[in-house]
Amino acid sequence: MWNYERRLQYPVNIKESNANLAQVIISQYGGPDGEMGASMRYLSQRYACPYREVSAILTDIGTEELAHLEMVATIVHQLTKDLSMEEIDASGFRNYYVDHTVGIWPQAAGGIPFNACEFQSKGDIITDLMEDMAAEQKARTTYDNILRLIHDNDVCEPIRFLRQREVVHFQRFGEALRIVQDNLNSKNFYAFNPGFDCDECAGKN
Amino acid sequence: MSTNFSNEQEKLLHDIGILDFVVVELSLYLDTHPTDRNALEYFNHYNRMCNQAKKEYSDKFGPLTIALADATDCGSWKWATLPMPWEGGCA
Repeated sequence: MWNYERRLQYPVNIKESNANLAQVIISQYGGPDGEMGASMRYLSQRYACPYREVSAILTDIGTEELAHLEMVATIVHQLTKDLSMEEIDASGFRNYYVDHTVGIWPQAAGGIPFNACEFQSKGDIITDLMEDMAAEQKARTTYDNILRLIHDNDVCEPIRFLRQREVVHFQRFGEALRIVQDNLNSKNFYAFNPGFDCDECAGKN
Repeated sequence: MSTNFSNEQEKLLHDIGILDFVVVELSLYLDTHPTDRNALEYFNHYNRMCNQAKKEYSDKFGPLTIALADATDCGSWKWATLPMPWEGGCA
């Protein structure tokens, strides 16, 4: 179960509206490498994972991604809440506005709605952790791309924080993969599902 | 992160952000290094400070969590009426 804490993981206090920037940043809410996919990916994968430390890291990183999801939503909300009708009309935000006004809805920068096909839960912890490491790198690249488009320090600071977390999560998933492989038969490192095939070879009794 | 605070509430929330960040970082590290004694000690130290700061904040400025809510305080349910985190400013 979960409890809500009534604060952001890192503060977001944006003073200037910017519809174009909001339309780009919303990709980290519901886009292909966004925080919604990240949280659902890790929280879904943990059930089929046969190692407790690895289930723990999936749970804790999945939970942290929910806090990041809230931060990204907050950034988009603060960038759009005071937009005038003229600004909406003159920016690329008009297409979003017509369906959602200035509400928060999970979509990619290009308008494609969030879809569970953006992540996998393969029921094979080696496969899943390989995806998780790639996912952290893809999210980091997206934040790098976003940072090149930002000129407002109020937006830059929380985005830099989120980018840095991708780097830390990549490291922890790498360690998790190492834990899984340390439990495997050294002659069969990759082509084996320790959660489904024989328990003996997975280092479990 | 800005370090000029206009009031005590802002300063305390800023401190909680730092303390909680240390706790999150150590939790993730401990998941993959569950027997690292230095990290365990570090975790206990910062977790205690973080919990104390959250309790102090909730007592003074309204609950951060349901567990820290005091329903007898002022005869109103502050959990529902205080600013939400996405409103900016201090929240």
